[in-house]
Amino acid sequence: MTEMTGARAYIRALEREGVTHVFGITGAALIPICDEMLDTDIRYVPGVHEQGSAHMADGYARASGRPGVVQVTSGPGATNIVTGVATAQLDSSPLVAFTGQVSMGMVGTDAFQEVDIIGVTASITKWNHQVREPGRIPWAVKAAMYVANTGRKGAVLVDLPKNVTTDSAEMDFDAEVSFPGYRPRLQPDPAELEWAARVLSEARQPVIVAGGGVVSAGAGRELTELAELLMAPTATSLMGKGSIPSNHPLSLGLLGMHGREEANYLVPDADVLLVVGSRFSDRTTGSLAGFAPGARIIHMDIDRSEIDKNVESVIKVWGDAKPCIRGLVDQIRALRAGGGNGEWVHKIEEFRRSYEAPEDADGITGLAVIRAIRHALPGDALVTTDVGQHQMLAALHYDVYEPGTFLTSGGLGTMGWGTPAAIGAKAARPDRVVLNISGDGSFAMTENNLAVAVDEDLPIVVVVLNNHMLGMVAQWQRLFMGGRYSAVKREYTLDFTELVKTYGAHGVKTETMKELNTELRRAVAADYTTVIEVPIDPEENVYPMIPPGMSLKDILTDDLP
Amino acid sequence: MTPLNIISLMVENKPGVLFNISNNFRRKGFNIHSITAIAGEDVDTTRITITVRGDAHEITKLVEQIEKMVDVIKVKRLDPLRTVQRDLALVKLSTADPMAQEEALDTINRYKGQILDIKPDTIIAEVTGSVNEVTEFMRDVKHIGIVEAARTGITAIEKGWITLE
Repeated sequence: MTEMTGARAYIRALEREGVTHVFGITGAALIPICDEMLDTDIRYVPGVHEQGSAHMADGYARASGRPGVVQVTSGPGATNIVTGVATAQLDSSPLVAFTGQVSMGMVGTDAFQEVDIIGVTASITKWNHQVREPGRIPWAVKAAMYVANTGRKGAVLVDLPKNVTTDSAEMDFDAEVSFPGYRPRLQPDPAELEWAARVLSEARQPVIVAGGGVVSAGAGRELTELAELLMAPTATSLMGKGSIPSNHPLSLGLLGMHGREEANYLVPDADVLLVVGSRFSDRTTGSLAGFAPGARIIHMDIDRSEIDKNVESVIKVWGDAKPCIRGLVDQIRALRAGGGNGEWVHKIEEFRRSYEAPEDADGITGLAVIRAIRHALPGDALVTTDVGQHQMLAALHYDVYEPGTFLTSGGLGTMGWGTPAAIGAKAARPDRVVLNISGDGSFAMTENNLAVAVDEDLPIVVVVLNNHMLGMVAQWQRLFMGGRYSAVKREYTLDFTELVKTYGAHGVKTETMKELNTELRRAVAADYTTVIEVPIDPEENVYPMIPPGMSLKDILTDDLP
Repeated sequence: MTPLNIISLMVENKPGVLFNISNNFRRKGFNIHSITAIAGEDVDTTRITITVRGDAHEITKLVEQIEKMVDVIKVKRLDPLRTVQRDLALVKLSTADPMAQEEALDTINRYKGQILDIKPDTIIAEVTGSVNEVTEFMRDVKHIGIVEAARTGITAIEKGWITLE
């Protein structure tokens, strides 16, 4: 036990938790903490807007598998991270937010820069907590990291009133953190697992659907082993992309609204469907009536409340994806040597062949751009996306070879996430090339974060597919609103390439695929931030698409005549 | 009307926990019918009883969402057949008329109620019983003249050796 101020204890506690980076913006309520930050090896990455800092911490978390820390001041600093906190929570990303707060004596008086951020974030955090005594700071930091990064990971917020950081107390850094009602479950029930193994072994047409839980648990290798053992084609949700390598013969790719045809056609034909670490989002299942109607569903999830929430399963396995899949593999091995159904395997191969994406057309299409990016990037590069048509194009056509190298805002669909998240990912993995696939609408929301990429030497590449449209909404208007465009056109005066130069980034516009390929190669090799603007056809739709409310097999594959 | 469900919770006795729980009900569009809560003997925990109307399946899903909250130690939807439940009402009646006073005393006795306060023109009665008993009592004294009434809402525990923990 040593006596020190709350601010110092906070920094010592972060160090003890192995925090390497803190993203954020300071303010009046954080002055004591920022003063202490002069005496630590933790790297502080100052942001330009708190939302961007929160996304950076989220990107850091997803790229490293460790909690990402964002630290902002009270009032507007705190409300500015709300979108970032919700984004992380919806995608089960371990984000830990520390917010400054007015002193305890002023709390509840509408003091300057006071906001009840605990109340505001109650429904978008896994847990939140206001520290009321300086002596509780070490416990609160430890608890925040523990809750964020165990069980189903998520966003945690800790509110630090200013006087709690300036006052001193005896600090106990070894205080035990335990919550009587919080017992993250990791190991599955062996009986359920054995039943699942038996049913899967007897399946004639097994299909696996992998979600973000597989990526989060680092269970990609186990999943691939299971798929091979069962000879089961494996589709993924958006968050699960990369859990099986995209070029694996059993990989079906993305399932759902913008899923690949082979996935959307094969999943409903399954006789046994194993769903691991996915929560059956409406964007993944389409209409529930047409989602694997004849299948016996086995659902494995770390969050018990997800089991049977949207889709009733026959076998319910509650646990972390890694021990769940490992256990399944072992049990199936014990039951038989593996093998699979020859007819089924044959059907899969046929399907895959018939749905090979078309050869590149001449002009710059979304598909061609995504392929060029994959071609230019090293296999282990990290890719983030923003939200919209470019995101779905990437989800459909960008091949991922390693789990956790494709990062996207799936649940909340936060436009503007990709650029700051890429910067955070670069901080976590400076050895990797990090590229954000973006669109003009998303990029313009948070492009000012490029200032951080340049000034903090966290170089990223951004490819902006510019159709001068909020393209996904425009696509829906073309398909479902009789082509009446409303609120989607962007007649910019601003020039993206000129704009990014003022941040110190290299900006270039490419008009042909040849130019794009050259610029991509240069950007990937460079050690500075590059933005490549690629004008694309504003009328291009992303296919395949399942219209909202329809079933997986109701696939639109081309423009209606 | 959908049936009344009784949900029993053991939670950590901390600021904001009740808010987070009721926030979960609000989010799913449930209107809490009654809620009783008190800190336990050890002050570390609070026991809460909530009643809410709703489809049993929907309520079960809600209970699972609440179960997962970090500060919730235990939550359970109680089986009404295996549960004893009590509601308490304090009712102030207008009894200036001697006939009314006599009838009030008579009715309170019939419901095994207690007189907590008696003034020349008002009586405060305490009546405890099942929700239906208390509701019936309220109905029976309505014509006498209810000046004011307050009810606790249901508190409940399960029969036999079954407990929340």
